[in-house]
Amino acid sequence: MKYSVFSLLKNTLSGHKKWPAAWRDPQPKQDYDVIIIGGGGHGLATAYYLAKVHGISNVAVLEKSWLGSGNVGRNTTIIRSNYMLPGNNPFYEWSMKLWEGLEQDFNFNAMVSQRGVLNLCHTDPQRDAFARRGNAMRIDGVDAELLDRERVREMYPFLDFNNARFPIKGGILQRRGGTVRHDAVAWGYARGADSRGVDIIQNCEVTGIKTVKGKVMGVQTSRGFIGCKKLGLAAAGNSSEVAAMAGLKLPIESHVLQAFVSEGLKPYIDGVVTFGAGHFYVSQSDKGGLVFGGDIDGYNSYARRGNLPMVEHVIEAGVAMIPGLARVRVLRSWGGIMDMSMDGSPIIDRTPIDGLYLNAGWCYGGFKATPASGWCFAHTIAKGAPHKLNAAYRLDRFRRGCMIDEKGQGASPNLH
Amino acid sequence: MLVKCPHCGTRPVEEFTFNGDASVQRPASNDPKSMDQWFDYVYLRDNPKGRFDEYAHHSSGCRAWLVVTRDTQSHEIFNVVTARDYAKKRVAP
Repeated sequence: MKYSVFSLLKNTLSGHKKWPAAWRDPQPKQDYDVIIIGGGGHGLATAYYLAKVHGISNVAVLEKSWLGSGNVGRNTTIIRSNYMLPGNNPFYEWSMKLWEGLEQDFNFNAMVSQRGVLNLCHTDPQRDAFARRGNAMRIDGVDAELLDRERVREMYPFLDFNNARFPIKGGILQRRGGTVRHDAVAWGYARGADSRGVDIIQNCEVTGIKTVKGKVMGVQTSRGFIGCKKLGLAAAGNSSEVAAMAGLKLPIESHVLQAFVSEGLKPYIDGVVTFGAGHFYVSQSDKGGLVFGGDIDGYNSYARRGNLPMVEHVIEAGVAMIPGLARVRVLRSWGGIMDMSMDGSPIIDRTPIDGLYLNAGWCYGGFKATPASGWCFAHTIAKGAPHKLNAAYRLDRFRRGCMIDEKGQGASPNLH
Repeated sequence: MLVKCPHCGTRPVEEFTFNGDASVQRPASNDPKSMDQWFDYVYLRDNPKGRFDEYAHHSSGCRAWLVVTRDTQSHEIFNVVTARDYAKKRVAP
């Protein structure tokens, strides 16, 4: 069923009691052409583009819990393409272009809101670095504007411009950046994939990967064995665990990242603002809550909850940036498990095992990448080789010394 | 999390800086033939869900390097030893 003003009117007349389910709840078949492990944003987007772009619809997405229960429902909903390095920026810009046409493409309201992402700078060298980044973005055709202090003040007069430690010197603005209703991304992709014949199988945990002579044959699951010709891993924080089932050891550590939402306020912050010095970022949801987050906790973790010192740290950074936040009450905080790679950049590639493909290492930047990640992973699976856009995201780049270290931190996952 | 430092006693987690997997071993050789071992040591991690040995620096305390054995799912801490004792125990037969 296509969602439109007519379907809305029709269902209004029947009291909204006759809307069909947005996707089926199928039993797993005996085998598929492609199985994707992980029913989050990236896995669902991969299935969607496999069916839509490559005509491969004999596909199953296996999700151990409910659809979108992982990081796609736990992030701070920000989209942007303000990267600097050549391997990264064209990929993220393609993601931004897909976001811009996504709702029409999959016929679902994902509330894509290009409200602008502003990164603040606090020192002269940081402003120089932002100018360099902005120029690198513009070379790739991405919009970037360097703002001076007064331009920032016009936009957000309530920031603490005279902070003694981190005075605001200006910022870099990407107007096309913004926010997206994160759950709707999972739902829209799920519905779009399902309507093209993809089976989305929830509550189906993969417990083993069967390989014969270096080739993937299928997966053992909590609902029995399911055969496949090709297998894609999109398991985010659990990537190491799933890859280990096929005997692979990854350049990834799992870490916990916390996010927060405040009580609902009247319209206050109309864009996304990030505090470059303290690593704090904030936007306001359409319900009025301030959505914000900061750094990962810093130790390896598979627990979807963090510790209080990081809660305190994030809120201190927030109050340093916006003193008025001191009077706002936090409503909820939660954690998600990040697949932190050794250079801070993702992996979308084949693996040494025939028919096994890997999509992992998103660190805490996976949400904005969802459309391009699915698009490129679908291409890589369908063609058996990476697309030009994910050509730098090879699994063997660490061995070859071709890291994409956007932050220049080296092989320290807890610093990316 | 509360970490029981062998020198300082039970201290809050924010006094410590964590630095990842303590089980990886630095290769003894600089021979280019040992590059596979170096690749393993620098980049690859078991990343276990469960019991995990990790380096922790008591950066806001006695500044000793420690090895904390912790469950990565429950955050329960089983054991804390100095990195020196951990290394000695590892090379012992």
